[in-house]
Amino acid sequence: MSEVLVLVDHVDGAVRKPTFELLAIAKKLGTPAAVFIGGAGEAADAAAAVKKYGAEKVYVVDDAEIKGYLVAPKSEALAQLVEKTSPAAVLIVSSAEGKEVGARLAVKTGSGLITDAVDVAEDGTATQSVFAGNYTLTGKVTKGTPIITVKPNSASPEEGEGAGTVEEVAVTISDAAKTAQIVASQPRQASGRPELTEAAIVVSGGRGTGGDFAPVEKLADALGAAVGASRAAVDSGWIPHTFQVGQTGKTVSPQLYVANGISGAIQHRAGMQTSKTIVAVNKDEEAPIFELVDFGVVGDLHSVLPALTDAVEARKG
Amino acid sequence: MNIVVCVKHVPDATADRKFESDNTVDRAGVDGLLSELDEYAVEQALQLRESREGEDIEITALTVGPEKALDAVRKALQMGVDKGVHVTDEGIAGSDYLGTSLVLAKAIEKLGAEKPVDIVFFGMASTDASGGVVPAMVAERLGLPQVTLAALVQTQGDQVRVKRDGDTATEVIGATLPIVLSVTDQSGEARYPSFKGIMAAKKKPVETYSLADLGVDPGEVGAGAATTSVEDTSARPPRTAGEIVTDEDGSGAEALAGFLASKKFI
Ligand SMILES: Cc1cc2nc3c(=O)[nH]c(=O)nc-3n(C[C@H](O)[C@H](O)[C@H](O)COP(=O)(O)OP(=O)(O)OC[C@H]3O[C@@H](n4cnc5c(N)ncnc54)[C@H](O)[C@@H]3O)c2cc1C
Ligand SMILES: Nc1ncnc2c1ncn2[C@@H]1O[C@H](COP(=O)(O)O)[C@@H](O)[C@H]1O
Repeated sequence: MSEVLVLVDHVDGAVRKPTFELLAIAKKLGTPAAVFIGGAGEAADAAAAVKKYGAEKVYVVDDAEIKGYLVAPKSEALAQLVEKTSPAAVLIVSSAEGKEVGARLAVKTGSGLITDAVDVAEDGTATQSVFAGNYTLTGKVTKGTPIITVKPNSASPEEGEGAGTVEEVAVTISDAAKTAQIVASQPRQASGRPELTEAAIVVSGGRGTGGDFAPVEKLADALGAAVGASRAAVDSGWIPHTFQVGQTGKTVSPQLYVANGISGAIQHRAGMQTSKTIVAVNKDEEAPIFELVDFGVVGDLHSVLPALTDAVEARKG
Repeated sequence: MNIVVCVKHVPDATADRKFESDNTVDRAGVDGLLSELDEYAVEQALQLRESREGEDIEITALTVGPEKALDAVRKALQMGVDKGVHVTDEGIAGSDYLGTSLVLAKAIEKLGAEKPVDIVFFGMASTDASGGVVPAMVAERLGLPQVTLAALVQTQGDQVRVKRDGDTATEVIGATLPIVLSVTDQSGEARYPSFKGIMAAKKKPVETYSLADLGVDPGEVGAGAATTSVEDTSARPPRTAGEIVTDEDGSGAEALAGFLASKKFI
């Protein structure tokens, strides 16, 4: 069987969960082969992690230089690997960076690119959710090496030891690829809560919070959930942009989405409409968010959320 | 300085967007407009010019699309852009990302033939396809550095500083002109065209290019050259109406807790 390359998504060698989801999809399409691009000393941990989730091969591009630059060097390295291994497909996490790496790889290799897939079948047919989640589309790459970027939470990671054979790969990175340089980077502070795009439960707050996110955060913690927000809350400066759910924020598809003081504008829906179960608390019974919900409470979030948090804590015992 | 802003004409996101029976986007049944996210790119181009007082800076709005796509260019002209370029050709219909990015790159090269292009601005993503990949593809084709998803753009001489809010970190990126930039909706509200702007736009030059004008082989773009195919489109079944309760003295929280427990979330 041909190899399926999975670009490892990691922070300083710590592999992020969506990579394991891609390995599960890669198993359906061929032989999973992880591609780690990173700095010296980070590869060993990453290789061990992907091996546990079934990587038969781990290609390591160990180039400390790549780290300080944006996507161009990564796409060059990946293009050289595609050339070398002629894979059946390349799977990349559908983050902003992942999509751009895929985009440049597609141009370099003359291959078709499918972005934001939520499922990939054995024959390579990819499913996408478009128009704010109102349409489901299936499609295929018809030319070149299929390059598919897959949204987080689209598959369940499957543990199962692969051979994990490490192969160091030397690549040449052009000077042209090293023209945009990261001059300062401030890592996001860990909130201690699950990652928004990976969480099984997301509790969000909007303009209706009036700027007080404490009730939202307390409920999130009682449920073990991630915190999200509408753009109105972000624009008001109540919460950083990284928490925004929607068209210009994160797309989430958790088991449970709890919208509080959020009206349900189309741009917000675009980021949460495919959640399995949706509930909302809003004091306006006419709010469009209620068209989406499995369960809704018409009421003031400032009283409903604390009472709900207490009820959740009580049931947990 | 020569600046190009790529603007796309898209079906209105707040309208009922649909697919045709041949799985192409229904662009006739729904009103189109300049993609809201590209307004931010136009705004940043205009602000950049305002920040470099005294320099000779020309801004061109570029669109690729059918006849109606010209409306996107018109809106950009009304906002304050100097001239427009509309690439339209039967042969472009059905292009995928690779085809679209090729046509854009060729048009930018043509614009740069007279006077080198220093900055190409893009929106962060189109509001219809929302791939967010065309800027990276154009940068790749032009061999230019790219800095995408800028929340803040500053320039001084030929130096560019961009702030962006990444997934795992907030970063400052440094680069040198010429460059491809895309900007997010965090970069600052786009201005509304003034009455004066709307009147002035009527007199601004708009050029129309065909594939032949750009020297693009029709075999490289359009539906025939597409590298992906859509097999099926289906409307997502509407969510079945849920239960809505009105909170009275804490009854809402109790009912919601009961629902969450029934679904095994607690
Ligand atoms: C190009 C573009 C991109 C966009 N991208 C996004 C995006 O990614 N994400 C996003 O969210 N939005 C996005 N928006 C904005 C979107 O259109 C809405 O403006 C936004 O989602 C509204 O946020 P909201 O629901 O919090 O605020 P509002 O629409 O003002 O709604 C607030 C709600 O809170 C309720 N409320 C008030 N007080 C209480 C209370 N005490 N208890 C309970 N309920 C209360 C009100 O009844 C109301 O329904 C985008 C817009 C554009 C044009
Ligand atoms: N047909 C087009 N004409 C002009 N600009 C476009 C076109 N398609 C995409 N773009 C630009 O590329 C950006 C990203 O598009 P996309 O990759 O489709 O999300 C848009 O915000 C526009 O700036």
